Amino acid sequence: MSAPLPEQGYNFAYLDEGTKRMIRRAILKAIAIPGYQVPFASREMPMPYGWGTGGVQVTAAVLGRSDVLKVIDQGADDTTNAVSIRRFFGRTAGVATTTRTTEATVIQTRHRIPETPLREGQILVYQVPIPEPLRFLEPRETETRQLHALAEYGLIHVKLYEDIARHGHIATTYAYPVEVAGRYVMDPSPTPKFDNPKMDDCPALQLFGAGREKRIYAVPPYTRVRSLDFEDHPFRVQRFDRPCALCGAEGVYLDEVVLDDRGGRMFVCSDTDHCEGRRAEGFTGEQAA
Amino acid sequence: MALRPGFRDPVHDAQAVFRAAMEALSRPGFVRALPTDLAPPEPLTAELAALALALCDADTPIWLDAPLARSAEVAAYLRFHAGAPITATPESAAFALIVDAAACPAFTAFAQGTPDYPDGSATLILALDHLTEEDGLAFTGPGINGRVRFDAGPLPADWSARLAANHALFPCGLDILLTAPGRMTGLPRSARVLEPAEA
Repeated sequence: MSAPLPEQGYNFAYLDEGTKRMIRRAILKAIAIPGYQVPFASREMPMPYGWGTGGVQVTAAVLGRSDVLKVIDQGADDTTNAVSIRRFFGRTAGVATTTRTTEATVIQTRHRIPETPLREGQILVYQVPIPEPLRFLEPRETETRQLHALAEYGLIHVKLYEDIARHGHIATTYAYPVEVAGRYVMDPSPTPKFDNPKMDDCPALQLFGAGREKRIYAVPPYTRVRSLDFEDHPFRVQRFDRPCALCGAEGVYLDEVVLDDRGGRMFVCSDTDHCEGRRAEGFTGEQAA
Repeated sequence: MALRPGFRDPVHDAQAVFRAAMEALSRPGFVRALPTDLAPPEPLTAELAALALALCDADTPIWLDAPLARSAEVAAYLRFHAGAPITATPESAAFALIVDAAACPAFTAFAQGTPDYPDGSATLILALDHLTEEDGLAFTGPGINGRVRFDAGPLPADWSARLAANHALFPCGLDILLTAPGRMTGLPRSARVLEPAEA
């Protein structure tokens, strides 16, 4: 892909300075109150809701000239959403972009946390569709706000308990609720619960932006993030019974790829950068070409 | 009286100052550089001016402490470059700029936020003479890998007790940005000051 030309006539990173200041103030509050959803005056963005308008606004507010931006969509750098957001900032901010997790200073993500451990100074920006973990249990904003104020999270434990009563185990596999710094219960966005342990004590700053719902929240570095569970049903992540078919990686999150109409399928790394990096180092899986 | 200039590059200077403030609050107690070439009217310091210009606008009333409030030039500078209203009542301020930190008003004078909207609280921005990572009070909390220590002054004699009371209000409470020439650190309400026995 050739480097996109910088767009003329827009402010750096698209948003006007007044909007950036408003978003920046919301980010500072979000960091000071880990897990609390700060309301903000979300703007219309040149992309539809559901395509990352919240994440894009947070990224635009933090981005500087010297940043290196990576954008992933379900772990992949090369899908439509990731490519178009990367091009958007390439054109409106002229920042350097990368697909390498290690080279990036700002990573915008839709529903995965990179397999490569993040380091201090990196910023992970999540795109969030429904920021309120209690929303499907209590539709009224006035009520959920009060439940958070009172730290009254019985409802969400009942939901997890109903999973156990019905399925014999906690059947929630994504958007798995977490407790941040011992206080607020937070929706980690629809990441697979496989990624939840990566949020705990992470050296990178994690910012969450929900555009349609107009909320920003944050997890500072080195913060305790505990997935809700019960003593007799402790939190567990799913395991895969085979390694990545391309790079042979184990202990990573795999995507199922259907190969034909006769039941043929393969399982490959969801994190394309991690998979490519391993293959470049000479690791191969059983179906590597 | 000629108005002093604001940011040379409003977009990128404001972004750099915001990033410093964001890192200061996300890594409490970690002293970091806050470079700025602003030359605001006395007694406003360059660091306070940089943070005010980066974060404040028409939506954020600013409260000025006594030495700043005595200077008409300071108010004019902030009104012109930030467009922010100057308020005389601390409880209505979103940001408080304080150059005489030893005489910092009681934290209870400022908006604390409410349990429903803890983000409705004020942010204090203090100008200090010294800010170093050697000895001083120890803190723990979100953003702190284990514990952190820094020394700052001059500050009120009951500073430690004020911070403890502020943290006890969590999720309400004030967030504090501490500056000294060329450097800054942050103390969000989530930071807990350690007792001497714990430290």
